[in-house]
Amino acid sequence: MSLSAVPASPHFPDLSRVALVDEVGVNERVARFQSRSIKNESKNDALKLILSMIDLTTLEGQDTPGKVRQLCQKAMHLHDAMPGLPHVAAVCVYPTMVSVAKKALGASGINIASVATAFPSGMAPRHIKLEETKIAVAEGANEIDMVISRGAFLAGEYGYVFDEIAAIKEACGDAHLKVILETGEIGTLDRVRRASVLAMHAGADFIKTSTGKIQPAATLPVTLVMLQAIRDYFRETGRMVGMKPAGGISNAKLAIHYLVMLRETLGNAWMTPQWYRFGASSLANDVLMQLRKQQTGVYQSADYFSKD
Amino acid sequence: MVESQPNKLAFDSGWAYSPAPESTDHVHIDKKYDLFIGGEFVAPVKGGYFETINPATEEVLSSVAEATDADVDRAVKAARKAYRGAWSKMNAAERGKYIFRIARILQERAREFSVIESLDGGKPIRESRDIDIPLAAAHFFYYAGWADKLGYAFPGRTPKALGVAGQIIPWNFPLLMAAWKIAPALACGNTVVLKPAETTPLTAMKLAEVIRDAGLPPGVVNIVTGAGKTGAAIVNHPDVDKIAFTGSTDVGRLIQRAIAGTKKKYTLELGGKAANIIFADAAIDQAVEGIVNGIFFNQGHVCCAGSRLFVQESVADEVIQKLKDRMETLIVGDPLDKNTDVGAINSAPQLEKIESYLKIGQQEGAEMYQSSCPVPKRGYWCRPTIFTGVSQSNRVVQEEIFGPVLAIQTFRTLEEGLTKANNTPYGLSGGVWTDKGAKIFKMTQQVRAGVIWANTFNKFDPTSPFGGYKESGVGREGGLHGLGAYVRLEPQS
Repeated sequence: MSLSAVPASPHFPDLSRVALVDEVGVNERVARFQSRSIKNESKNDALKLILSMIDLTTLEGQDTPGKVRQLCQKAMHLHDAMPGLPHVAAVCVYPTMVSVAKKALGASGINIASVATAFPSGMAPRHIKLEETKIAVAEGANEIDMVISRGAFLAGEYGYVFDEIAAIKEACGDAHLKVILETGEIGTLDRVRRASVLAMHAGADFIKTSTGKIQPAATLPVTLVMLQAIRDYFRETGRMVGMKPAGGISNAKLAIHYLVMLRETLGNAWMTPQWYRFGASSLANDVLMQLRKQQTGVYQSADYFSKD
Repeated sequence: MVESQPNKLAFDSGWAYSPAPESTDHVHIDKKYDLFIGGEFVAPVKGGYFETINPATEEVLSSVAEATDADVDRAVKAARKAYRGAWSKMNAAERGKYIFRIARILQERAREFSVIESLDGGKPIRESRDIDIPLAAAHFFYYAGWADKLGYAFPGRTPKALGVAGQIIPWNFPLLMAAWKIAPALACGNTVVLKPAETTPLTAMKLAEVIRDAGLPPGVVNIVTGAGKTGAAIVNHPDVDKIAFTGSTDVGRLIQRAIAGTKKKYTLELGGKAANIIFADAAIDQAVEGIVNGIFFNQGHVCCAGSRLFVQESVADEVIQKLKDRMETLIVGDPLDKNTDVGAINSAPQLEKIESYLKIGQQEGAEMYQSSCPVPKRGYWCRPTIFTGVSQSNRVVQEEIFGPVLAIQTFRTLEEGLTKANNTPYGLSGGVWTDKGAKIFKMTQQVRAGVIWANTFNKFDPTSPFGGYKESGVGREGGLHGLGAYVRLEPQS
């Protein structure tokens, strides 16, 4: 999968010009997206698109090579009973599981995303984070999902956060960098917007809402604010940055609302797995069940869809 | 803000929304509607009918009676009889019960009313479903509660009903305007002769069914259909005690002239040319939403529409760019499609008027931009439109267009924005967008308009009074103030 056409050259943004966000207005706009009625052909297309955008994820302390191999099998064979389905965009695992995933995925074309930088807390010295990133890339990860240092960000140490992201980006080499803001910890929409701007200017290829370990994880309002930041950054620099909401998107209907929001905020260019991902573990099966229902008119039992 | 913005966004290809039409199976529209007088549907004395059409398809929906002087006289007599009889003698709490009943039936039949409102008027089903019909029911609920508490609304005085209220309503929010008028009139103990607009009579006739089904005493509410002549017959009828009118400033003037020297009370809700003022420190993305909501809501057929936009010059390019992007995502078309954002223009004459202003704007040298969305071949349509490069002396800035047409100007200082905002014969509404509370207070105190929204626009609630300064009208509707228009205050006995 090719990455952004315009290379990032990190430069510290003028934070005094970061757009302000009005939460009431954001919620109203989100309600409008949710009132869109997506039916028939457009629902079918959306469901398939969602499948192709999924970063199928397992990030548990109890993960084993066996569990990761199962995940990879599912990533390649979502539901063979329905021909013509896409495969997911990537699997997302811890660095120690990257080599297992690489072997299991082979030449499937599915990317390997690895979290790094002391995920999920980010509480480690920078040299450890850099080392972890390099190891994940060396093991075969072509996408790195890093977390920002929320403590430093909330303390107003924007320079520290910026430098850290830029350093990790450099350590990534050719791997694609997704920067997790952990919006559930940074709190306000104004700060979400500010963190988005920092991350993009520091070289993020993607910005991502959450680790999935903190509640609230991805929400529609938070994602809208990040999409608007991406849009304004693109207008200003010409560089496209991708978006990944992660955590809490577990059903097809909600995922379709996210797509509606994407379409009406960034337009068609972003409506591909190259520029948009869903970080999710249980979303895929609900989408598959909906697709089945679109085809047959009836819902099939969950027992007909492999869990992982 | 960067000078040029070559990096374009595209919204016109790729994944699109399939049609999602609201079903019309559950809706019944009669071939012909008579007048609702004295609790019954009766044929007009002279036997005239006119057609009402669907502005999205130009197909005839139904024929509606044309009330002449004789019919209006019958209606006023029925209203007077009901006032003298049951209604003015009824216990106030009982009166409230009838109004509650209307509200509940409206809620139960909300889906049917929404569809008919969109069929007859051209507004998107999303708006009739989410705004018009629920808000109409909310007005009946709100005023039903006041019926037996009027003494508390006017401490130290005794409110008395006026008698027969003649009410003339416009075509932009047909059922909602009927609710605004009928609910407070009934709560205060008056009886009503209501005339809906000639292009949108159907939900009023359906409301007549609701009123009949709610068991209101015959003649308490009478609904007569027709055009300007019918309205004039109501205004000029000697036995009408109060005129409530919502519509154009020109007709408002005629009404004021006609009733000068009589003892008729009146309220007039007239035109507007609201200023929507965006300061540089506003949350710009949300302000852009507010601009869209201010001018493209209900195809711009809104008396309080934010039709004059003032943007502080340092953010003007950014705001206009974002507004253009947003306009590209507006879906114009079939009002019954649940995804439609902008529906059909209400009538052929209204479309003609809007188009004449598009010409005027261009002839005056303004730059016109329209969204590129396709519009259906049949029916009356106008793409969302903005004019830039205009000033206070342009006609598109001064005159009410009543369509999806926005005139954009810039300002440098708060004082300049304020001066320009107030430099209009109208004063119905306004909007202010800023992150600074102090600026909000300063602007809202000095913009001369009946309603001013801060960091939002076009928000309505039954508890909030609504009405204009200057040529935008006389009197207030809604809230506690709305009761005052339907009572005579006597000293406490």
